[in-house]
Amino acid sequence: MSDQLTAPRSRWFIEAADDELTIFERSREGRRAFTAPRLDVPERPLDELIPAELRRPEVARLPEVSEPEIVRHYTRLSKRNFDLDTGFYPLGSCTMKHNPKLHERIAGLPGNADLHPLQAVEDAQGALELMWRLQHSLGEIAGLPHVSLQPSAGSHGELTGVLITRAYHEANGDRRTKVLTPDTAHGTNPATVTMAGYELVKIGTDAHGNVDIDDLRRHVDTDVACLMLTNPSTLGLFERHIEEIAKVVHDVGATLYYDGANLNAIMGICRPGDMGFDIVHFNLHKSFTQPHGGGGPGAGPIAVAEHMEPFLPRPQVVRREDGSFDLDHDRPRSIGRMRGFQGNYGVFVRSYAYIRSLGAAGLREASEVAVLNANYLLARLRREGVLEYLPAAYDRICMHEFVLSGAVMKRELGIRTLDLAKRLLDHGVHPPTVYFPLIVDEALMVEPTETETRETLDHFAAVVAEILREAATDPEIARTAPHTAPVRRLDEAGAARHPVVRQPL
Amino acid sequence: MADPNYPEDLKYNADHDWARIDPDNPAEATFGITWYAQDTLGEIVFFTPPPVGAKLAKDEHYTEVESVKAVSDVVAPLSGEVIEVNESLTNEPQKINEDPYGDGWLVRVRLTDPAEAQELMDAATYKATLP
Amino acid sequence: MSRYTAVTDADLGEMLATIGVGSVDELFADVPAGLRVEGTLALDDGLSEQEVYGELAALAQRNLSTDEQITFLGAGMYDSYVPALVDSITARAEFLTPYTPYQPEVSQGGLQAMFEYQTAICELTGLPVANASVYEGPSAVAAAGYLAKLHNGRSRFLVSAGVHPHAVQSLATLAHGWGMTVEVVDLRDGVTSVEALRQAGLDEDVSAVIVGQPNFLGAVERLAPIVDVAHRSGALVVCAADPVSLGLLQAPGAQGVDVVVGEGQTLGNHLNFGGPSFGFFAVTEELIRRLPGRLVGQTRDAEGKRGYVLTLQTREQHIRREKATSNICTAQALNALAGVIYLSWLGRQGLVELAELLAQRTAYARERLVAIPGVTPVHQQPVVREFAIRIDGDMDAVLARCRAAGINPGYRYAEDCLLVAITEKRTRAQIDLLADTIAEALA
Repeated sequence: MSDQLTAPRSRWFIEAADDELTIFERSREGRRAFTAPRLDVPERPLDELIPAELRRPEVARLPEVSEPEIVRHYTRLSKRNFDLDTGFYPLGSCTMKHNPKLHERIAGLPGNADLHPLQAVEDAQGALELMWRLQHSLGEIAGLPHVSLQPSAGSHGELTGVLITRAYHEANGDRRTKVLTPDTAHGTNPATVTMAGYELVKIGTDAHGNVDIDDLRRHVDTDVACLMLTNPSTLGLFERHIEEIAKVVHDVGATLYYDGANLNAIMGICRPGDMGFDIVHFNLHKSFTQPHGGGGPGAGPIAVAEHMEPFLPRPQVVRREDGSFDLDHDRPRSIGRMRGFQGNYGVFVRSYAYIRSLGAAGLREASEVAVLNANYLLARLRREGVLEYLPAAYDRICMHEFVLSGAVMKRELGIRTLDLAKRLLDHGVHPPTVYFPLIVDEALMVEPTETETRETLDHFAAVVAEILREAATDPEIARTAPHTAPVRRLDEAGAARHPVVRQPL
Repeated sequence: MADPNYPEDLKYNADHDWARIDPDNPAEATFGITWYAQDTLGEIVFFTPPPVGAKLAKDEHYTEVESVKAVSDVVAPLSGEVIEVNESLTNEPQKINEDPYGDGWLVRVRLTDPAEAQELMDAATYKATLP
Repeated sequence: MSRYTAVTDADLGEMLATIGVGSVDELFADVPAGLRVEGTLALDDGLSEQEVYGELAALAQRNLSTDEQITFLGAGMYDSYVPALVDSITARAEFLTPYTPYQPEVSQGGLQAMFEYQTAICELTGLPVANASVYEGPSAVAAAGYLAKLHNGRSRFLVSAGVHPHAVQSLATLAHGWGMTVEVVDLRDGVTSVEALRQAGLDEDVSAVIVGQPNFLGAVERLAPIVDVAHRSGALVVCAADPVSLGLLQAPGAQGVDVVVGEGQTLGNHLNFGGPSFGFFAVTEELIRRLPGRLVGQTRDAEGKRGYVLTLQTREQHIRREKATSNICTAQALNALAGVIYLSWLGRQGLVELAELLAQRTAYARERLVAIPGVTPVHQQPVVREFAIRIDGDMDAVLARCRAAGINPGYRYAEDCLLVAITEKRTRAQIDLLADTIAEALA
């Protein structure tokens, strides 16, 4: 292949060394970045403080590096990452929307960043009030009145919600054994079901991408504790029969759980609580702009209906009659704690700042534009002829994301969805989610979000079309992509066969 | 092995497992997964052998093979007791990809009911079930 | 148009025409009419950036930060110094804003940092495998419980009373769903006793024995005998450890502990009123396929260059689904990054110097406080950074006097007991002030 064909469209990586040394490899005996504060108390022999047999015989082999080296090392590493501030990141089901800079400033204020979690409540009134207001706001968005902010991420919220379901049934003297999820569910749903001590039962999807109601009816009985659902579904489609589903589930006394991964499509337009859901989790790192940090932190608050409120985790933020805020530990029917302290408060600060910035109208607009952008991008891809090779898995109006199938492209052009994804990297675009949901062959799941401009969407459509044209002439270019990233395709099989998960020292 | 291949001397089940009945001793058989199974999984990175002596029941899964991004149950095509496992797969699970009917065999089994083999498919019938 | 979206009126018209619908409303045709929100949500109107800053800064002003009070609070999170370079590097958009590294070719920075982090945690804990982080300390103990359950399928957890109460509670919440019991074994003179474990019924029904290091009361545990007795019944041993203390103490892994977890906040993370921070999670080689969460492995690219990928992903929920080792997906990558930067900053000698400084100042503080009439030690065990005292007197008066003096004397974990934590930020003068203030209150 010619250099011209593989040349980078945009080069946003620094010229990286062939092999970026690790911080441990930069280590040289005697170098240091740390200067200890002065020992200002009378020094005692260490053996008197901690007997020698309890102390480690050899020091932990941390790197020995100077401050400038650390700064340069991690700065160089940072330049080997693609990030949202640099380019389009249409990762389906992940809602990679803009992370406002204001939020970092507020979260970093000493009253937020340097507040001890066991600080007396009278000295943490601002934090508790912020949490209380966030609870109220999320409850309003969900259409469910009671909120716990405690869970640390979406899957942690799921586990909290299913354990609340368990507690609710047990309080009714009801021992149920099964939880249902659609076959399109995120992996966290089935994993949560098992982790909460239930047996998983999978429900099929109908020809339009909705839950197969007949299959649901076949599996619903009084042994079913809960149905976990994402709406819009992981296919990016609104579940048209949601009211009927809710009725089927509630008729046997089961609860309906809302996985909030796709809440970004419906904020202020419709509410899970009104649809009949009893429990909702939010991914504050998706819809509510917490930066994803390369894999966290996030937060996964839950909102529940009135009848589930007694089971929410301890402690709960409450407002006392005198208007002050408090942590209520006295919750005898609570499932208990899910983690230490009060949750990921720093995330709450950012998400509440976002809600205050947008207000009711702004949140609605965010969802409207998210759905507009997704449908526009789908239409642009169609106009570019992309859908001839990557047809929509379900050809209807989508919500905030859509799923294409690369099966035709694989057959006709000889490149797989993975190859397309890797070639996108050469164009400075982060690929969409690939190979999910599992029920779509060669799936490509695209979520543009509301914060992208029309020009960005146009560019993406043009780039995908160009990659397909290129593959028609020379599929090898995509098959061996990326060509401009800091590394070429990596041997994942080799990594898994003989795992090297720490630096040999 | 780059191209589809389904030897005539093997018996197949619908879960993409094969059995080779020992021509010298019809009470023993070797099990493995088919070309289609390994191709669908992709590069295999891990195989957990069952212990020698394990009792396998026809149509029930007895172990797993893993690729980088998938896990697949391995289903016993016939009932029996494991008398030997392919230890070399621990270090070189890729043999299952490279030679699914030869070096990539999984276990040898003493069959409890050799007559069960009549319920399995021959190569032509199995091939017809593949997409 | 909000400030975070960009659809002009002209854009809107052309976009709708491209889609082939007449209005945005039509895009929501699948939403049943009866389910539409009428009007808008009952939330306040949006504000300008400047107004949001003003409102939230005013809320933050109503919190008493560690800048404004001399705090001896610890009990799991510590007022440690966060070096400037940690804040500076973790604020870089290239670390702050990417998703989990699903495309390794353009995520080498984050992946390599995680690999370095895993290496550092292995060094601290004395175990060969560490994942790329879990949520935080107490839920890490619950996650270790799930690992033990999957590993041996047994029915009971024996948890030392020296494990952080939030961890015990978090484990109990989950264990209820597994049909398992969590039995708390009392301390003897401040530490976990082998005899007490035996009396509690350490038998082949016990899935894991769980201890803290140092424990909740600050005492250093003797791990080897606990490991010995637990392993004889086939139970796993889980240790929830303070990472800075491990600069000085025997690595739990070197003493035979199977799973070492802990709260990572004190490694370069701000207090954040309790989160986000990170949890670390390390295991023996034998347990690598039971590990929850992300794990980074080293490999080669198509040209032979060294690179890093997420590995052994078949453990995880997105592949193994209901049989996964955990449901965890998003963890605490950015906080773990702060952790490895911090550990690099401390360095080999710095970690020891810091831990020794803490031990010296803590010993001094303990001596000063227990010399006060009315103050007694809860235990006599060796401590590194924290210790427990009993106040024989008016605790409320002590707290009030301290507060008036601008001091938070520690965590009141029982009616008459305080857990006093020392960090490198607590000077001798501040410790003297604490002692004098408590003495005055009790005089």
